[in-house]
Amino acid sequence: MKSSTARTPWFFLTPNLVIFGVFTFLPIAINLYYAFTGGVQLYPKDRPFVGTENLATLLDCGSYLDPASCKKDIFWRAVWNTAQFSLFQVTVMVLFSLITALVLNRKIIGRGFWRGVYFYPVLLSPVVVALIWKWILQREGVLNAVGVAVGVPQTLWLAEPGWAMFWVIFVSIWAHMGFYTLILLAGLQAIPADLYEAAQMDRASPWRTLTRVTLPLLLPNLLVVLVLAAIKAVQTFDEVFVLTGGGPGSATTFVVQFIYQTGFQEQVRLYGLAAAGSLLLAVALIALTLLQLKISRAEEAGERAR
Amino acid sequence: MSPIKFLTRTRNGRSLDWTDWMSYAYLTVGLFLMFGPVLWLVASSFKTEAALTEFPPSLLPYGQKAVAVPGEEKPKPVYRVKLPDGTTKELPEVRRIGLVATHVDPAKPEEFIRVNVNDREPVREFRLATENYTDLAGKLKFGTYLWNSVFITVVATLLTLLFNSMAAFALSKYKFAGRKGVFLLILSTLMVPPAIVLVPNFLVISELGLLNSLWGVIWPAVATPTGVFLLRQYMLTIPDELLEAARMDHASEWKIYWRIVLPLAAPALAVLAIFSVMWRWNDFLWPLIVLSKNEHFTLQLALNAFQGDLVTQWNYLLAMTVITLLPVTIVFAFLQKYITQGIASAGVK
Repeated sequence: MKSSTARTPWFFLTPNLVIFGVFTFLPIAINLYYAFTGGVQLYPKDRPFVGTENLATLLDCGSYLDPASCKKDIFWRAVWNTAQFSLFQVTVMVLFSLITALVLNRKIIGRGFWRGVYFYPVLLSPVVVALIWKWILQREGVLNAVGVAVGVPQTLWLAEPGWAMFWVIFVSIWAHMGFYTLILLAGLQAIPADLYEAAQMDRASPWRTLTRVTLPLLLPNLLVVLVLAAIKAVQTFDEVFVLTGGGPGSATTFVVQFIYQTGFQEQVRLYGLAAAGSLLLAVALIALTLLQLKISRAEEAGERAR
Repeated sequence: MSPIKFLTRTRNGRSLDWTDWMSYAYLTVGLFLMFGPVLWLVASSFKTEAALTEFPPSLLPYGQKAVAVPGEEKPKPVYRVKLPDGTTKELPEVRRIGLVATHVDPAKPEEFIRVNVNDREPVREFRLATENYTDLAGKLKFGTYLWNSVFITVVATLLTLLFNSMAAFALSKYKFAGRKGVFLLILSTLMVPPAIVLVPNFLVISELGLLNSLWGVIWPAVATPTGVFLLRQYMLTIPDELLEAARMDHASEWKIYWRIVLPLAAPALAVLAIFSVMWRWNDFLWPLIVLSKNEHFTLQLALNAFQGDLVTQWNYLLAMTVITLLPVTIVFAFLQKYITQGIASAGVK
């Protein structure tokens, strides 16, 4: 290492830092400004300062549990939809990822192939994922064909609010579980083999080995995966947008779609309201990130203690 | 040894017990669930427009046979028709009014044969409707969309490799005040989700005059925290002695980066290249905001716009979807090992 040319490292860093500055840090600052200004002008100078009016509009609710009592009811519908989606998507997905990782961690033939099977959908674009399932779920689709064959009436799966939410969760799990399976599998493979040998020596049943050795040692990994999945789930947009367009009605409209619609799709573009929505989403994400940091710090401390 | 016993033997010599059978059953169901939908898409994309509207759909691209009839623009569907004299013949239908269909023999187009629709059945054949693909070339500005996608993917990936490796080089091979701070600053951008800075980024892009320009999609994407992290971790393993030796020979710092560090970091660069190609090829939300004019659409945007049309032409839409997933599938088939390793080491996708 050499330190005589003090400027050299900065020369190499400049392109990256400029881009991060212009497209990440500057926008964060502008976003704050937008959130506290009103009007429909894009250029910051033309926007009147309105204080917390945007935030107040979003948070003005008779009862937060009842979107219909809110001034901006679509926002609160989106919030509750996102919460419901995230809860089910994350828990079911992590559960299946765990089961799949446990199966893949056994002595099976062709592990690389099987791992690839679950991972493949992760690589597909959200638009492609949505179209694949739209084609399957449509009125004359293959699912209805199978359904009719076993006596289920032809259903418009994406036109009924309950079913639309179900399929949005299902498709999202289908597309992303391979990623979390991979992380959990790496965690499982890091568990020392002698622990299993010891368990075998003590004639522990497979179930006991799982609950007393595998799961406790995998717990830190599992928690990280849960939080990571939650951070992603809260930001879900593209697949759902292409699959259902947020419908029927607003049954599958999520927070990011609300931001997109408010800022870019409506005739009157309320950038301030969209930015205020981003701000509230950011608060939720920061909370989740802090949770993750706390977990991984606890994990590190635990490792040092071992 | 019986064949069954031989086939069910495992590596440690014992035969499969019920938990092994359960595992394979689980994996097989997974195989069906994960690949089935994609295979169904591919099979459907080879069906004719008429075959796509059939319910229940056939598993393979079977469709009604159609032949050209002189004087008619489109090929006409063929039916096996029971003629008044009791014989049956395969004839194309030219028109149908109520229960009476008019058929014609292509060899004798002036002679019309009228039959009741109950006296005929469609003739089906196995045929790959490759025209779904070949027609795309001239339709829907498909070539433009493909070019836009390829341009963004290739240029953004090259710039990503260059910029991120430069930053990684500085962070791994120089000691300077603020090194740790810069590294943490770059990593902190991992926590800024794109959705949060959507509105202000739109302002930045329009102020830079990059709205409706492919560069408006490329520039914000070429500095990635994941890339810097991945490359820095790898470059830390390159021994500093190599760099010192080059400095003795009066090599410039740029030459050291370009000629020594970059070639040695090739494996990590390859992993980042794969990731970058997939990120950019699959991008949706940001291009959706920057590119609002049809002629600047990427494949993903075109697919989205196309599926939202009032009358969706599923035969072309499905073919276009297959083409869109093709590059990623090829990358996956050949480079799966690197992708999974990259994810395991960086923990990000």
